[in-house]
Amino acid sequence: MHRGRGPRGHVNARVRFLIGGLLVIGSAGYLMASSIKETGEYYLTPSELSTKVARDASLIETGIQMGAKVVPGSIRREAGGRVVRFTVTDGAKTFPVVYRGITPDTFTDGVDVVVSGRLGQDGVFRATTLLAKCASRYENAPEKYKDTPGYKGAEASRT
Amino acid sequence: MILIGELALWIALLMAAWSAITSFAGGRTRRLDLVMSGERGVYATWLLIVAASAGLWTALLTHDFSFRYVAAHTSANLPAIYTFTSFWGGQAGSLLFWALVLSSYAAVALFANRNRNRELMPYVSGTLATVILFFLATMCFGANPYERLDWVPPDGSGMNPQLQNPGMAIHPPNLYLGYVATTIPFAFAIAALITRRLDEQWLAAVRRWSLVSWFFLTVGITLGMWWAYVELGWSGYWAWDPVENASLLPWLTTTAFLHSIMVQEKRGMLRKWNVTLVVSSFLLAILGTFITRSGVISSVHSFSQSPIGSWFAGFLGVALVITGYLVATRLKDLKARAELESVISREAAFLYNNVALVGIAFSVLWGTLFPILSEWVRGTKITVGPPFFNTVNVPLGLFLLALTGIGPLIAWRRASPQNLARQFTWPLASGLTVAIVLWVLGMREGYALIAYALAGFVSGTIVQEFAKGIGARRSMHGESAGMAFVHLIARNRRRYGGYIVHVGIVVLFVGFAGLAFKKDYDVRLKAGETFTQRDPYGHQWAFTAQGVSRFETLNRKVTAVALQTTRDGERIGLISSEKRQHVDSRGVATFEPSTEVGIRTSLRQDTYVVLAGISEDESAELRISFNPLVVWVWIGGGIMAIGGMIVMWPAAERRRREAVYGAMLPPARTVEIAAR
Repeated sequence: MHRGRGPRGHVNARVRFLIGGLLVIGSAGYLMASSIKETGEYYLTPSELSTKVARDASLIETGIQMGAKVVPGSIRREAGGRVVRFTVTDGAKTFPVVYRGITPDTFTDGVDVVVSGRLGQDGVFRATTLLAKCASRYENAPEKYKDTPGYKGAEASRT
Repeated sequence: MILIGELALWIALLMAAWSAITSFAGGRTRRLDLVMSGERGVYATWLLIVAASAGLWTALLTHDFSFRYVAAHTSANLPAIYTFTSFWGGQAGSLLFWALVLSSYAAVALFANRNRNRELMPYVSGTLATVILFFLATMCFGANPYERLDWVPPDGSGMNPQLQNPGMAIHPPNLYLGYVATTIPFAFAIAALITRRLDEQWLAAVRRWSLVSWFFLTVGITLGMWWAYVELGWSGYWAWDPVENASLLPWLTTTAFLHSIMVQEKRGMLRKWNVTLVVSSFLLAILGTFITRSGVISSVHSFSQSPIGSWFAGFLGVALVITGYLVATRLKDLKARAELESVISREAAFLYNNVALVGIAFSVLWGTLFPILSEWVRGTKITVGPPFFNTVNVPLGLFLLALTGIGPLIAWRRASPQNLARQFTWPLASGLTVAIVLWVLGMREGYALIAYALAGFVSGTIVQEFAKGIGARRSMHGESAGMAFVHLIARNRRRYGGYIVHVGIVVLFVGFAGLAFKKDYDVRLKAGETFTQRDPYGHQWAFTAQGVSRFETLNRKVTAVALQTTRDGERIGLISSEKRQHVDSRGVATFEPSTEVGIRTSLRQDTYVVLAGISEDESAELRISFNPLVVWVWIGGGIMAIGGMIVMWPAAERRRREAVYGAMLPPARTVEIAAR
């Protein structure tokens, strides 16, 4: 403990505080940098993934995330199992996906999904997590009622 | 009414613009008539927005499906309470709700300061009117709640069943109330910067508003976690989703401000820092709204994509430039009046508390924006997930918890070794005892062990503080222990209410650390089959499937599986989980199927059952989880809210009492010193 109360003592306390602060910030920064390096994943669309893989084979069997749409009608649930097979696309490229686990309620034909996992040598994407994004989470476009038979009658009777 | 509301929205837009211009002009030219006109303009804007809101509520409750908003968010058979809450359930309506809350706050703030802080008020009302103007303009030109369809649907599309939950009805308005309350301190900060009246006066005016913001954010975030846990079926309550992070950011900076404000009051330090925190809380609230609305960052919460995002981005950019300029040109006026004298002092503990809180905020912001940042810099999106946030924030969070115990024990300016020895003995002993007991009981998870030891230490600190205060009151006033406890809190709400918030934090961390012992099992059970498993406490559980039942009820088709459950052979009862497909009146499916989780809650742990699906041979696919201590997260949030309320409660009554009895009672300060 320093007993001096003069300006030197203040400078000293300031320096000590700064050293402590830098230690905290430094270790937090180190943890941030290292965990980004270890757990950060590419977020790619199917097209980006296929061009990247063609250029750089090291992307095979590394953790990546892919955002795409589920091809309608492609969802196959394996008999009795938790394994789901489906195809995703961004309109240009498609990838087959295998996912083991509980699928979210919003996972249906045509929804936007984010799958994270690894692309195998065989070109199949093995997903460990599956997030389904649903645009109608907060609202349904009323336009969908334009196609329902009940509505068309109503429209005819109104006009 | 609806037409009046629509009209009121447009007049409010003009009125807010008028008010902003006259307020700033009045402040500049020091013309009282302009200033008064500006303030009256804010009151008028408030009344007009109330009328606009009443109009939308009328449209919703009378099921006028010619409005897009009504048709897209409600249906004729939606329960009235959810029709009412759908006001803030969608994009345009939530903007109107935001404007309603903001203009109400603004009216209250102007009224409360009608005889105070007069030099600041023109700029306060000008800033508030500008922010209100932005929200009104966004509505009128971007997402108008009064947009009409060119045809009238027979029925609305209804509300997502997952949102038809009492928690979801009150979670968003709480968050909005918290977000919006950051605007008032922001307006005062801007006014203080413009007028260069950067003494402690403006701080006193905003402290209660920051508390209001903190309180509602705390309640809103806790409700959001609870809703996610009981409704979404992934057996967790926090996923570090961008939208969750967005609500946490202003909470963190506001919490930091509520601590650092004490350093400025007592020591005149941290003046630049406090302005920065106030401004950041507001900007982060706007950023959070931008993240939620724009869809630039993929999130499970996102609203449908809309042009609103660019409005918010633009507003954020302008606000950032203006406040940055103001702070930069006023640095001279913000010089500290004192310097740190020792690292072993209360103010240093507060400084470290701020370093940790802002560090957490920064890492959360960084992780949330990383996909965008990496795309700018390297051309590819790189995402970081929960592992990133946990690696960084668990140690920072524990550091913060430790400071919660250290801060109240250290003297201001410079702590003497005697002070340290006297203050730390019992809290340290309490923390050490907890650590040893848990170690002996066989707990080996490092972070959890540290968390519980720190929880013991902080509890020791709080108990010691209360014991000292109660002891002092008993010897001075001869009160009973119970009376002394009540009076202690009532007479010094800020300090002891703050300690109650700290109790909530401790309980919260106890709940968080329980996650270290969480166990999940994926099982497949046919009717009559049993799954047995030991829980983290060593009890033997058995779950026997009762077969699949399918039935229709009200507005949904249900597939349910019930599990007959026993613990150590003792019957607990049935836990059942359902898949629900909501249907409309013609039996057509609406929205995706939703899962109804089966939860058995106890103080020790939740047993959490999710029905994932039914396979072809009629066996149920289930995920069964033991989630230790989850209930303490909700309890901790509740205690924090109560503590926050104690701190916020207006002190008027007390002042009146003291004015009357002031001569008879020893001054409050004597009591406080004796309590140390």
